[in-house]
Amino acid sequence: MADTKEMKQALFGPIIGSNPIALHVLGICSALAITTKLETALVMSLALTAVCAFSNLFISMIRNQIPSSVRIIIQMTIIASLVIVVDQILKAYSYEISKQLSVFVGLIITNCIVMGRAEAYAMKSPPFMSLLDGIGNGLGYSFILIVIGTVKELFGFGTILGFEILPLVQNGGWYQGNGLLILPFSSFILIGLMIWGIRTIRPEQVEPKE
Amino acid sequence: MSAKKETLGKTMLVVVAVCLVCSIVVSGSAVGLRELQQTNAALDKKSNILGAAGLLGEASTKEEIAEIYLNKVEEKFVDLSSGEYVEKPSPDFDMYKAAKQPEFMVRVEGSNVGFLRRSSVASVYHIKDEQGEVSRIILPVHGSGLWDLMYGFLALDSDGQTIRELIYYQHKETPGLGGEIQNPDWQAKWNGKQLFKDGDVAISVDKNVGDGNQYAVDALSGATLTSNGVENTLQYWASENGYGTYLKRQSWKS
Repeated sequence: MADTKEMKQALFGPIIGSNPIALHVLGICSALAITTKLETALVMSLALTAVCAFSNLFISMIRNQIPSSVRIIIQMTIIASLVIVVDQILKAYSYEISKQLSVFVGLIITNCIVMGRAEAYAMKSPPFMSLLDGIGNGLGYSFILIVIGTVKELFGFGTILGFEILPLVQNGGWYQGNGLLILPFSSFILIGLMIWGIRTIRPEQVEPKE
Repeated sequence: MSAKKETLGKTMLVVVAVCLVCSIVVSGSAVGLRELQQTNAALDKKSNILGAAGLLGEASTKEEIAEIYLNKVEEKFVDLSSGEYVEKPSPDFDMYKAAKQPEFMVRVEGSNVGFLRRSSVASVYHIKDEQGEVSRIILPVHGSGLWDLMYGFLALDSDGQTIRELIYYQHKETPGLGGEIQNPDWQAKWNGKQLFKDGDVAISVDKNVGDGNQYAVDALSGATLTSNGVENTLQYWASENGYGTYLKRQSWKS
């Protein structure tokens, strides 16, 4: 059994230290598209964390049985099944949000974070550690999404989770919403700024010059 | 990665086992949650009808939506060729499913609305005010956008020609471009527009529409094909092929 330090590393390491978005630059597509409102970002984070954790767990449980010739297909099958289950649950319990997320829940199947962790970690590690690693990477993804979702919703719409923080001019307040931040590509800039920030604090993440 | 020697038999066995387990999990969740999803979808439709009726502001919980719907909304069925009301054709009648059933199927010709057959009978919704008079009529409309059919509700005043709302509830347009058909600012532009001019269908979606124009709404920038789709949809459904006859007869007044 792994010791506590290793467990902490698997769980919390991916939040800043080896963040899947900031360091590995994976899963950008969904991070750009669904961070306009914090609520959708939260649900998406939750969905991805759940899928990533359980796919890591299940793949790790059967890792010694998986024939290496078809391992990618088997990983995909398990991930796809989990995503469909998550999608069905969302449709049943949170119909409005599932409509907003539309295709992006389905696209978790092709999210490189899930696949990457399954192939790089779960295939070699025991189930419990894989589960922690999955949750950890989900948290890393969530961290970025939540920060970006908060910034975009606060300065784009003047609200957080739908509650008014900065009263908009349209509603008789003083804050002029920043239309640029509502567009998907502004997340691109924000993610860039975050990567810059994280690499300034942690210079060891900077790639050596070629 | 397995240290054991791989054989074809074992590979097949693992693949079949994984597929079996996964398919059981997937179909189990689909069947187990279906009822809840259908309730949600029905409620979503009701809340969209209330949105088109301008009544949604009062409702927040599921129970309130169901109650307001029960009190103020009445579903009616219209024979589109005569414009008259008919009895509900069958207990589980759905005008979108009926378009594929031989007894209701009507071919659509000479229109670019984007579908080839429609039902001969359509559901419309009466919104009643406090005195029980019809204050709005809500017509389901659909037509193709850029990617797929867009489904919506068109709310008209009881004069049968002033538009109050155009609410799209199901579409696959690009978020941020064509998806802006659901933007409240754009939806608000429909309020007060006229469907007909001297008895002819006049409504359109155009570029640079002036403030005084009663018959046109500004197109969405970056979404020409979606905007054209909205225009085609409304022109089709307002014509004699759609609700035109019904709207001229004003069957709800008799």
